[in-house]
Amino acid sequence: MPAADTTASATRNGHEPGVELRLADARGGPRIPLVGALVSALGRQLTRRIPRADLGERDPDYIRDNLPLMWLLASAWFRAEVRGLGNIPERGPVLLVGNHSGGNMSPDTVVLTLAFSTYFGVERRFYQLAHNLVLALPTLALLRKFGTVAASPENARAALDAGAVLLVYPGGDHEVHRPSWESHRIDFAGRRGFVRQALDADVPIVPVVAIGGQETALFLSRGGGLARALGLDRALRLKVLPISIAAPWGLNVGDLLGHVPLPAKLTIQVLPAIHLREQFGPEPDVDEVYEHVVELMQRTLDDLAAERRFPVLG
Amino acid sequence: MRVVATIDVPAPPEAVWAWVSDPSRYLEFMVGATRWDVESAQPIGLGARYRMLMRVGAVELGGLIEVVEFVAPADLAWTSITGVEQRGRWRLRARDGGGTHVELRLTYGVPGFEPAAWLIGRIAARTVRGNLRRSLRELRRAVVEDELGRRSGRARAA
Repeated sequence: MPAADTTASATRNGHEPGVELRLADARGGPRIPLVGALVSALGRQLTRRIPRADLGERDPDYIRDNLPLMWLLASAWFRAEVRGLGNIPERGPVLLVGNHSGGNMSPDTVVLTLAFSTYFGVERRFYQLAHNLVLALPTLALLRKFGTVAASPENARAALDAGAVLLVYPGGDHEVHRPSWESHRIDFAGRRGFVRQALDADVPIVPVVAIGGQETALFLSRGGGLARALGLDRALRLKVLPISIAAPWGLNVGDLLGHVPLPAKLTIQVLPAIHLREQFGPEPDVDEVYEHVVELMQRTLDDLAAERRFPVLG
Repeated sequence: MRVVATIDVPAPPEAVWAWVSDPSRYLEFMVGATRWDVESAQPIGLGARYRMLMRVGAVELGGLIEVVEFVAPADLAWTSITGVEQRGRWRLRARDGGGTHVELRLTYGVPGFEPAAWLIGRIAARTVRGNLRRSLRELRRAVVEDELGRRSGRARAA
């Protein structure tokens, strides 16, 4: 497929202007020339695999069939505990805003999807936004059946307009690969898009705070400098090349093949809905809402951290 | 998967029936239950619908159920409409001497690949069975307290 076609496909897929995949952008090329060709080729291959956002790909029957295995994983391996699902409004579109942990094998999303599906039923539409690269990986392509779509404002709007519940992780790859010693920190890197999204669609925000995911491996560094040096930020929208110590690899650079997460106890707390215009007036200030949400989530994360006695064991 | 729990309650079937037929009392004795909301115009009786959830392992499981058999004070059965595939039944039988034999049956299906589904159903059954047994003990305690209160009320009135 020619590069131009691929870019067009990516644009249809809903990438916001300015962040679409620039496969042949000389300005954005890798700074290590020998690696550059490889990275660009990999970028082209993966980009071709990125599915067009199609909310209809979510398959409730498939989700139902997989709930038992997810339940076993959540109950026996992660000893998960999900609290406060009743805080999610019973009907209508809702924007769930979560903190993201656990690297590319983030267990939080699996557990929350399970808990949501058993609580509200698989019939209630629930979508999750994920990095393009996640959806492009062949091993994770099945996520689309669970309702995972490529992260973009257009896809988020489409899901909310359809009356669905949408889960976003504003911190994205920046937060999910933070070092383990920053486990108990909400780090959205200043990304305020979710507030604008909620205001545009006029939907409530429900913060979701999870703890334990960052204890499923020893995360050492995001590897932001390495990602920039290799041009991954331009070719693949990857601002990180995480370095961790994880099973079964030992030293794990990139986490592209995933890892076996340690059986860390997960606790997820769903907070009461924030109705932005009721709470912040008819024209809410985006910065004010952002600060409020982050502060609320940080306070909850601090409380959850105080409940834990030991890493992994919980 | 079928899970059964039984208990003898030292009270007549009508006294037990007052509890098991009333959805507003379920959260008081049903161990693990986190929700038992009426979802139909008619709150009690044949055709009544409830949204129920029970904590099993990491999450709350359940869904919308409908009462499909309602014979006072003996049999109450329900089946699932959405959510976890399930059928449940209360069987109350009078014992000689004024007591009631209470049986609670719950049959549920585990979807997915058969060997794994069977195994997961067995694992979950341990928690479900424990919840049902403790629920029946709670039910007996509640019914006995009710009966004692009624008797002492009658004694005071006399």
